[in-house]
Amino acid sequence: MAKTIVCHCEDVTLEDLKEAFEAGYRDLESLKRYTGFATGLCQGKGCTAHVARMLSSLKGGDDVVSDPPRTRPLLHPTPAARFAGQTRFAGQNSSSKSCDEEES
Amino acid sequence: MKDKADLVIIGGGVIGLSLAYHLAKMGFTDVVVLEQGFLCFGASGRNGGGVRQQWSTEENIRLMQESVRMFKALSIETGYNLWFRQGGYLFLARDPETATGLESTIKLQNRCGVPTRLVSPTQASKIVHGLNTDGVEICAFNPTDGVLFPFPALWGMAKVASDLGVEINTFTRVTDIAAKGRQIVKVVTDKGSIATNRVVNAAGAWSVQIAKMLGVELPNKPYRHEILILEPTKPFLNPMVSDLSNGLYFSQTMRGEICGGVSNPDEKSSMDTGASFDFLRRMSSAMVAVLPKLASLKVMRTWAGFYDETPDGNPILGRVNQIDGFIQLNGFGGHGFMMAPAIGKMAAQWILRKANHQIFSKYDLARFDRGETERETFVIG
Ligand SMILES: Cc1cc2nc3c(=O)[nH]c(=O)nc-3n(C[C@H](O)[C@H](O)[C@H](O)COP(=O)(O)OP(=O)(O)OC[C@H]3O[C@@H](n4cnc5c(N)ncnc54)[C@H](O)[C@@H]3O)c2cc1C
Repeated sequence: MAKTIVCHCEDVTLEDLKEAFEAGYRDLESLKRYTGFATGLCQGKGCTAHVARMLSSLKGGDDVVSDPPRTRPLLHPTPAARFAGQTRFAGQNSSSKSCDEEES
Repeated sequence: MKDKADLVIIGGGVIGLSLAYHLAKMGFTDVVVLEQGFLCFGASGRNGGGVRQQWSTEENIRLMQESVRMFKALSIETGYNLWFRQGGYLFLARDPETATGLESTIKLQNRCGVPTRLVSPTQASKIVHGLNTDGVEICAFNPTDGVLFPFPALWGMAKVASDLGVEINTFTRVTDIAAKGRQIVKVVTDKGSIATNRVVNAAGAWSVQIAKMLGVELPNKPYRHEILILEPTKPFLNPMVSDLSNGLYFSQTMRGEICGGVSNPDEKSSMDTGASFDFLRRMSSAMVAVLPKLASLKVMRTWAGFYDETPDGNPILGRVNQIDGFIQLNGFGGHGFMMAPAIGKMAAQWILRKANHQIFSKYDLARFDRGETERETFVIG
C-alpha cells in the first residue's frame, strides 16, 4: 500500500499522524513527541508546516494551528568538535554513521 | 470541565500525574488535574531521563530503589513503553576528596542493597569504550541504574488515571485559588472554576506562584537547565556517564542519540528557557574531553527546562501551617523524575490515610523554620 511520508528524517507517515490524533495527541507539541516528527536532522524545517496544516484540517479546518514548537539551536547540525574548539570534522556533512568509524 | 472535585492537582508533570495515577488505582477518582500546557510542557518533558540509586542519604537511596522497581513495571501497567534501560551510571571522581566521598556513599548504598562498586579508571574504560581517564582518580559504577524516555511515562500514567475516572485538563491555567480563613473554597482557571477543599501544588518551577495565591511563601527558586542531543548512532554506550568535577552527564537513548547536560555554576535564578551559546561550548568541551569519539557527532538541538530548587536540595512535601488541605509536592530540583513513582504512591497513601509516611512531616515546609534540614550532597547539574 502506498504511504505518504510527512517527516522524511524520521519516516513519520500521514497514517502515523492520524493515529496519534485519534489517540488524543491533538496539538503540535504532543504530536511531535508522540510520533517523533521534527526530531530528526532537519529539526522540523521540512515538515512542521505540513503537520500544522494537517492538524488544522483534522480539527475541522477552522482551528488555525499557530503554536509551532520553539525554534532552537542548531540551525544546522554541527559536529560537537566545533564547539569544543577542535578543527577536526570541520567539513563533515554526512549523517547516520557510527562514531567508532569516524574516529579512525 | 467538572465544577467540583474532592481534590485538585495543579500541574500535569510527572509528580502530579504519578499522584493522580496512584489515587485512581486506589479507587479515589474524584480528582481533577490542571495543566497550563500540554503534558510534558514542564521539566518532566525536558529532562535527561536518568534514574539512579547512587545517592548520599538513605532517604533518597530508598526512594530511588522503590522507583526503579516501579519503573520496571510501569510499561506493562500502562501499555506505554518507557524504554527503561538499566545500563548503569558511571561517576568519575577527579580529586581525592570526591573519591573519599564516593567510598562512604557506596558503603551506605551497599547497606541498602544497591550494588554500587568502586572501579579503577582502567576498569571504567572497559565499561565505556574510548573513555578518556586522564586525571580520573576513581569511578563509581552501579549496573542497576538506568535511563528512560520521559514522555511515555507521563502519557501512560495520564491514560490509566483518566480511564479510571480522573479528569485531566491540559491547556488550562490556574489563575487564582480562593479561601475562606484556613479553608480552600475553589480553584479558578482560565476555563472556569472548580469548587474543592483540597489542592495539591505540583506545579514544579511555578509552585511559588501557586502558593502565593493562598498567601503561602515557598523558598523554591527556578533555575534554567540546558541540555542537548547529538545525532543518533548505533548503540555503543551502556551507562549514563557523569563527571563529578563539573556536573557533566550524558547517556545514549534507545533511539541512539546522545543526550546530556552540564552544570553552570554561574546560572542565576530565572524563568528563562532560552538557549545559550555558552552552554553549547561548555557542554561540547566537557563531553568531548571525557569521550573523545563524540567529537564527530553533530549536535542536533539544545533546549532547556527548570530545576525547581529548594534551600536544602530536598523536595517540599505535605501540609503547610497556614491553610488546611493545601498539599505541597514540589521542589524536586534535578532529580524529581526518578523518584516520582515512589513519591506519587506514598502521597496517595498518605492523602487517603492508608499509611503515615514520615517523609511528609520530615520534608514539610516548616522544616526550614525548625532548622531541621539535611543536605543531599550527590546532586548533578
Ligand atoms: C535539563 C533537565 C534535566 C533533568 N534531568 C533529570 C534526570 O536525568 N533525572 C531526573 O529524575 N530528573 C531530572 N530533571 C528534573 C526533573 O525533570 C524534575 O524534577 C521533574 O520533572 C519535576 O516534575 P514536576 O511534576 O514537579 O514538575 P513539572 O514537570 O515542571 O510539572 C509542573 C507542571 O505544572 C504546570 N503548571 C505550572 N503553573 C501552572 C498553573 N498556573 N496552572 C496549571 N498548570 C501549571 C506546568 O506547566 C508544568 O507542566 C531534569 C530537569 C531538567 C530541566
